Amino acid sequence: MSRTALGMPAVRPVHGQGNLHASTAFPAAAKAEMGNTQMRANIRHATHTIRGKRARVAGELPDWEELRSAGSAVKEQVMARLPELLEQFEANFTARGGTVHWARDAAEANRIVTELVQATGSTDVIKIKSMATQEIGLEAHLEEHGITATETDLAELIVQLGHDKPSHILVPAIHKNRHEIRDIFLAEMAETDETLTSEPRDLAEAARTHLREKFLSTSVAVSGANFGVAETGTLTVVESEGNGRMCLTLPQTLITVMGIEKIVPTFQDLEVFLQLLPRSSTGERMNPYTSMWTGVTPGDGPQDVHVVLLDNGRTAVLDDPAGRSALHCIRCSACLNVCPVYEQAGGHAYGSTYPGPIGAILSPQLTGIESEQNASLPYASSLCGACYDVCPVKINIPEILVHLRDEDVRTRHGERSDEGAAAAPARTRRLPQAPSQMDLMMKSASFVMSSGRRMALAEKGLPLGRAVAGKDHAISWLPGMAGGWTDERDIPAPPKESFRNWWAKHSEETEQRVAQDGGPVSGSDAAGPETDTQHDEGER
Amino acid sequence: MRIALFATCIVDAMYPRVALATVRVLERLGHEVVFPPGQGCCSQMHVNSGYFADAVPVVRNHVKAFTAADYDVAVAPSGSCVASLGHQQPMIARSAGDEDLARAAEAVAGNTYELSQLLTDVLGVTDAAAQLGSWFPHRVTYHPSCHGMRLLRLGDRQKDLVASVADIDFVELPDAEECCGFGGTFSFKNPDVSAAMAEEKIGNIVSTGAELCTGGDASCLMHLGGAMSRRETGVATVHFAEILASTRQNPLEVSGPVELSIQTPKARRAASSTPAPSVPEGGAR
Amino acid sequence: MTDAKTEILARIRGALHDTPSAPAAERTYRVASDRAAAEVLEMLEDRLVDYKATVHHETPESLPGRIAELLGASSRYVVPAGLDRSWLPEDTAARRALTDPNDARAASALGVRELNAVDAVVTSSTVSCAETGTIFLTGRPDEGRRAISLVPDHHICVVPAATVVELIPEALARVTPTAPVTMISGPSATSDIELERVEGVHGPRRLDVILLG
Repeated sequence: MSRTALGMPAVRPVHGQGNLHASTAFPAAAKAEMGNTQMRANIRHATHTIRGKRARVAGELPDWEELRSAGSAVKEQVMARLPELLEQFEANFTARGGTVHWARDAAEANRIVTELVQATGSTDVIKIKSMATQEIGLEAHLEEHGITATETDLAELIVQLGHDKPSHILVPAIHKNRHEIRDIFLAEMAETDETLTSEPRDLAEAARTHLREKFLSTSVAVSGANFGVAETGTLTVVESEGNGRMCLTLPQTLITVMGIEKIVPTFQDLEVFLQLLPRSSTGERMNPYTSMWTGVTPGDGPQDVHVVLLDNGRTAVLDDPAGRSALHCIRCSACLNVCPVYEQAGGHAYGSTYPGPIGAILSPQLTGIESEQNASLPYASSLCGACYDVCPVKINIPEILVHLRDEDVRTRHGERSDEGAAAAPARTRRLPQAPSQMDLMMKSASFVMSSGRRMALAEKGLPLGRAVAGKDHAISWLPGMAGGWTDERDIPAPPKESFRNWWAKHSEETEQRVAQDGGPVSGSDAAGPETDTQHDEGER
Repeated sequence: MRIALFATCIVDAMYPRVALATVRVLERLGHEVVFPPGQGCCSQMHVNSGYFADAVPVVRNHVKAFTAADYDVAVAPSGSCVASLGHQQPMIARSAGDEDLARAAEAVAGNTYELSQLLTDVLGVTDAAAQLGSWFPHRVTYHPSCHGMRLLRLGDRQKDLVASVADIDFVELPDAEECCGFGGTFSFKNPDVSAAMAEEKIGNIVSTGAELCTGGDASCLMHLGGAMSRRETGVATVHFAEILASTRQNPLEVSGPVELSIQTPKARRAASSTPAPSVPEGGAR
Repeated sequence: MTDAKTEILARIRGALHDTPSAPAAERTYRVASDRAAAEVLEMLEDRLVDYKATVHHETPESLPGRIAELLGASSRYVVPAGLDRSWLPEDTAARRALTDPNDARAASALGVRELNAVDAVVTSSTVSCAETGTIFLTGRPDEGRRAISLVPDHHICVVPAATVVELIPEALARVTPTAPVTMISGPSATSDIELERVEGVHGPRRLDVILLG
């Protein structure tokens, strides 16, 4: 992709900041997390539960694939028309009495929200679970300014009370089982005592009791949004417990933080996403509650309504045509639930607010791949493709993963850099490096594999082959035959002769081979749809 | 038909018997098999590792080798490599700004079949015992490799062919659609997660009581076979082409390790009665 | 210094340097039902019950009796000002309807603590989607403002048969986008513990749906 050929645009996108950076590269972080066998068992149990449910309710719709295609197409349109749609949204939301704010990055968004809360005079806010506020670290920022934010989503509450970090997009406490949750509630909730059981129903009841007074008395709420409709200025929150409705209905002031990519063009577009999202995320036909509001409704709900439109690196993602579809994500978490890597490593290993397959493509794009730790994320996948199969908006995650690996390789080689990354926080910015062993291996493998003659020589172990393979690496130019392998696996000794070299001597021995196996067979003459064609061609 | 064999680099160099098995099955059906001599690799290793620039000559070579050759259809005993032809080669060509190469790659990919696709969809083989004379009296389970399953949508083609072999004791693999943890670059960039994924797969394989796990991708089978050997599970891996090629007259031997080399039946009988050759410690590091 | 809006819009325009094309989405999914009304009603009931709502079939004549039964002998319950009073049972000494004026600013509006103290709420509804078991409230006079159907622990919701459609696109087409919309699919629930759904968190824990024929 040659930018200079197209002319340098006046304003460069800027990478994001906040809770997007891994502090440890994925392989080491995963190894550490994998030592927690209880966590792995919990994640395994939960993800396997949800997989079956998702598959059932997606399979229930005869037009599931048509909905996926429509969802993908709408999102593509959103990206292409984003400036126009954002301005349209702002005009409509404002016309109905709401206030729109724009935030270039996490710091600006945090400042805006904090000032809005301070203007109300309240030092307490109730919060609906939101990836955007998690991403910008809003809770910690409010705390620094003497404002207490109470998470009201059950899983977020578990994380908050447990002084823990979220590990999943939909269920941030997925790494905790019912018994661990009971222990947290018992220790942290004044209302509970030893009679509390670890039955999910009882735990939900405990959360209800714990938060009831908060809902009735707090005058400011902070939320995220699943969708913002440009055509009408409508915001949408999809939830289950009713904590969302409480936050969106009872307080006087409502502040919503929404990524700029959450816009959809028309109200009708919601008919696509409101079918795709619940079935993909919780495996339900529909989540218990969905709320929509357009600015202020006089006499009903919050009368002081704000939305903060957040960039924080999204424009940097948009800048890459090969990677921008990561912004299509509707945060359903289906890709996490089917990912074998997520299942083994858990969400914390990804370091960022966004874990799992979508996190592995979104986080490094938001922050720029020059950050050493996040550069390890595109490799955190076996490319099995299960994520792409379940993605409700058909984000080709495996293809973006290999694209980002190429970006990483080229960055190390000094062939590209994250333009505009200056605003990202000081992280390990990598300078171009001397060629690694891997680089050399790939280079020599490319040389060998781009010629049948060189393959033949390499397979014979002739000097050329040895030269490109290295003296200890007789076959290191084959897939998988490098480093680390023999820690876990035996490697078969190579055969005496490659097929290519064997065939050169034996290709003519068809009759002997057929006779040795017991003679010709009737084959497709016996049956098969293309018998006639095949028969004719066979007689050529 | 005149069928061009794309052996794939790993089968060519490490598992020549899989290529031979493919040849035997097709020749038995009366087809002529040719081996375009210029062929190398599909480029998947480079693409999946992020070395797009180094992948370009590999793509160019494959397209050239299979455009120059004279054949009706091409076949490869690998879902992953066939998927790479259609899904990755055009993308790599375009990333290098070579639209002509991309079109040529699409044309080659459009006429290249994975082995079970060719047998089932083109040659009409649905019963390996009746139509191929396949005989393999062993307990076998089957792992569907990810790219064949999700990129080529092979469905049950490989499994159905294996299950239809005479006297086979076929047993379904629990959680079969889970990745084995190979993933090329992944297996050494993230060795711990890869090993944990293999562990789960192996647990499921062992739970079936099968002597052998078969599949359609030599790389996944090498990964699983190597990990099962290290754990001394007593279960080996074998490519499904070898099971289809096995007949009463020329059966695939499974006592001892599954051999890599092409050997005469006599030599193979001798080998199977001798102790398994030991693998050099850290041999390929 | 440029303001944030100007700069973000400029960044976006810069990022779209390749001027991607945006073909309109093809809506080849189902947008209109081809099922008979009775079948659609049956589907709604099935889906509501599946998500732990209780479903009743009533006529205008039998409706007040059913509501009386669901409320129980002793109940203080809230109703929106626009609700058809003929739906409700006569007040008794122990059972009384409190009318909310549908405007929180009005002097007679119930405060949140009053709402928290009532036993139930009775509302009508705008439209219901059978395929997902979803009831839409849109703040109309017979549905009331959002707080009254949220805070009480028991929601009795009347669904007139003519308002039932099969599909989500059909349901959304009957909704005024700028209205305060609440979509309800069963009583409050959570999947946050081990991804298993359990009912009963912050919203009403009991949802009675009355299909009015």
